[in-house]
Amino acid sequence: MKVKVLYFASLREKIGKDAEEIELPAGVATVAALRRHLGGLGGVYENSFSTKILLRAAVNQDMVQPAAPINAGDEVAFFPPVTGG
Amino acid sequence: MKVSVQTGDFDTGLEIKNISKNSKIGAVASFVGLVRDVQMTLEHYPGMTERAIEKIVEEAKGRWRVMDCTVIHRYGVLQPNDQIVLVAVASAHRGDAFAACEFIMDYLKTQAPFWKKEQVAGGARWVEAKTADDEAAERWK
Repeated sequence: MKVKVLYFASLREKIGKDAEEIELPAGVATVAALRRHLGGLGGVYENSFSTKILLRAAVNQDMVQPAAPINAGDEVAFFPPVTGG
Repeated sequence: MKVSVQTGDFDTGLEIKNISKNSKIGAVASFVGLVRDVQMTLEHYPGMTERAIEKIVEEAKGRWRVMDCTVIHRYGVLQPNDQIVLVAVASAHRGDAFAACEFIMDYLKTQAPFWKKEQVAGGARWVEAKTADDEAAERWK
């Protein structure tokens, strides 16, 4: 299945793009699994999604926990902890 | 209720006046956040930002008697002393207005998708999230 993945702030700069469509292998069905999949793509992804880096995620524009499910066509965003206000 | 994510400045006096028109309102509490010291750029997640703030306001309405409320948050390039954020809450009495205003601000700090990048000597750096902000939001649970 395909999902749209968005990156923000320092993560966007490290990856070098703000969005991309990603075809997921079977079995990648949660935010945590998607994060592991992205980390396994090598290059800039490896460091950006290292487990040492604190990231938050949103699915279809709602902030979620790593165990949240993802479905075909979802908009999944990864970003550092927010610093507004 | 008004939620606005915008590049332009806002007039706090006017915004307060706009939520003070109902004669049942006896209190308006407001908070204004300002840029300290350095120029910064604020990035946000268009679409999600408005939604996230609306959810926080809804949550506040479930806990306190909020009769009207305005939340404005700016993004883009901001200079020292610029206004960044306004939270204004109107209620019958001050207790509800104060509490809801502080709650919305604390949640906004940890739930609304904004990121600050500060211009410092030799370049720009992303501001790190503070544990104190998580703790401030946590105490409302």
